[in-house]
Amino acid sequence: MTTAFPPGRSLRSPKFAESAKVALGMPQLRSNLAHATGTIRGKRATVVGELDDWESLRDAAAAIKADVQHRMPELAVAFERKATEAGATVHWARDGAEANRIAARITREAGADEVVKVKSMATQEIELNEHFEAEGLKAWETDLAELIVQLAEDRPSHILVPAIHYNRTEIRDIFKGRMSDAPTGLTDEPAALAEAARLHLRRRFLSAKVAVSGANFAVAETGSLVVVESEGNGRMCLTMPRTLISVVGVEKLLPRFEDLEVFMQLLPRSSTGERMNPYTSIWTGATGGDGPEDVHIILLDNGRTDVLADEVGRQALSCIRCSACLNVCPVYERTGGHAYGHVYPGPIGAILAPQLEPGRHDDLPYASSLCGACYEVCPVKINIPEVLVHLRQQGPHHVGEKAAMGAAEAVMARPRLWRAALGAARFFSLPWRKRGSVRRLPWPASKWTVSRDMPVPPKETFRDWWKERER
Amino acid sequence: MSRIGLFITCVNDALYPQTPKAVVAVLERLGYDVDFPQAQTCCGQMHANSGYRKDAAKLAKSFERTFAGYDAIVTPSGSCAAMTRDQYPDLTGTDIGDRVYELSEFLLDHAGVEDVGASFPHTVTYHPTCHGTRALGLGDKPLRLLRAVDRIELVDLPEADQCCGFGGTFALKNSEVSSAMLDDKCRHAADTGAEYLAAADNSCLTHIGGGIGRVGGPRPIHYAEILASTT
Repeated sequence: MTTAFPPGRSLRSPKFAESAKVALGMPQLRSNLAHATGTIRGKRATVVGELDDWESLRDAAAAIKADVQHRMPELAVAFERKATEAGATVHWARDGAEANRIAARITREAGADEVVKVKSMATQEIELNEHFEAEGLKAWETDLAELIVQLAEDRPSHILVPAIHYNRTEIRDIFKGRMSDAPTGLTDEPAALAEAARLHLRRRFLSAKVAVSGANFAVAETGSLVVVESEGNGRMCLTMPRTLISVVGVEKLLPRFEDLEVFMQLLPRSSTGERMNPYTSIWTGATGGDGPEDVHIILLDNGRTDVLADEVGRQALSCIRCSACLNVCPVYERTGGHAYGHVYPGPIGAILAPQLEPGRHDDLPYASSLCGACYEVCPVKINIPEVLVHLRQQGPHHVGEKAAMGAAEAVMARPRLWRAALGAARFFSLPWRKRGSVRRLPWPASKWTVSRDMPVPPKETFRDWWKERER
Repeated sequence: MSRIGLFITCVNDALYPQTPKAVVAVLERLGYDVDFPQAQTCCGQMHANSGYRKDAAKLAKSFERTFAGYDAIVTPSGSCAAMTRDQYPDLTGTDIGDRVYELSEFLLDHAGVEDVGASFPHTVTYHPTCHGTRALGLGDKPLRLLRAVDRIELVDLPEADQCCGFGGTFALKNSEVSSAMLDDKCRHAADTGAEYLAAADNSCLTHIGGGIGRVGGPRPIHYAEILASTT
């Protein structure tokens, strides 16, 4: 296999700034990302522009999600009751390990050693595939992009488009090198690639006894789960195997069935830039003779209830995994998803990862220029810049930086000292005044002058001018 | 008679006297009396956004003391205005930000003037800075003022709404990513062939201008200086 990229970095990985530097050195990656995110951005903007009530829909979605966060225990129990009444078995998992154990046990009890999977961020988060592998079970991804990533033994780099870092030629090479039944003479035409994947997957759908899914929404009022997808692979997984296991983060709850009206308008437009996605599956428990007979739902916490305790940070739990924030983020566009070192990359990852795994991703809240493009497009109005600043304020802070900031504050809080500091800056920059700017400064200011000139303080300040004028 | 206080911002205090001078010129031309309280320093944005909440709160308090007696506080910075409006209530509980106006807000919303009587015979491209546009919600207010300037030729900046990569300490902490964003901004600016690149924030212009200093392109200028021009 010839691909320009090293495999995605593992979860225990170098800090964002270093990984970003590596990504920036890959021109093909940058061009793939700029092209792909640019295309989705344009499509999203067009279909969002068609709705006069877009802002009202965002407000409604934010209000529904805030309500869910206030009433989560009550809604989770209501969901369990309704789903159980409808014939599903509901399991509660405190963390990823517990959810994986439950899923593996159900798979074994169904007499299977492999499962087909619907694309699911929750199962990526808990590393279900890796856990199954370790237990001698196999989990096959059936979403085209997840399949590509799995074949390449890589990691997803985008929430919605996990293989966004590959172009079609690279995908052709992955198929040829890693897919045992890849057709000979496979071209890099999108239709040919999709057909090859389709034939490859069809055999798995027909033989699978167990499917694993996530869910986009879990309706407390009815006990229903909802999966929104584009390829139909989800529908195959959700209807053909006898046993269905759905791993659902507790934040996916919605109080009422009619709440879907709001989210089904917001989600496809924000994620794929479509008015409506091709396949929406909604199921409630088990229905004899129709679809899976053995239906399991694993309600997953994995750090979510701890996030609920933070009044500012908890809005991150409103996320519906649409990826609009990734697609508009100037940082994501240049670094790709792997640099973030977490299954949730981009702006939402920068506020979700450090909260779900406290102490492990303290650098991610700084992986943003706070430009606010993410907040502007977020369909559920998560104020991502606000949460980023909030998380920065939680620390930890570097000792030297803390001292420098404290010193700056001490000067700036005292007008006389501030004026003296400005005078000192003017004095020490005298040698450069004629030139007007400085090209090289010592560390840490060298981080600035690496690509930018530094202007030199002026001969006369505004203050001097004002004093002169008042006289 | 309402009292107008001018908040020049720490960046202009240190580096760009011409910008607050321009604000004074425009406001006086429109018949306003402006005051400059000498005790002003910094709004505390760098501290707040870098995670130093206590330091930021002290600077917010100092700002509040300095400007307590003013009915309107005018500033030539979208991001500093956004700081006082968005973050002060949470930091110190003050609502002084409601009286802080970015220059274009003051001119359009408060004074109701779109044509400030300026003349600027040059080609200009405009970069909508992120905090001004998004956090403060300036929209195209500075651009509307520029459109009314006599003899100006405005050229569209490609991908104008993309961040220049400054982001305060982001430019140092993630210097490489910031520089990659800056490269694209400078390229787009140069592609316009304009003589000047205007914006509503001199911190962003320091960044973009710092890049343009290396690779060439339009001269950075705060839009207030264009509004002050009568050439």
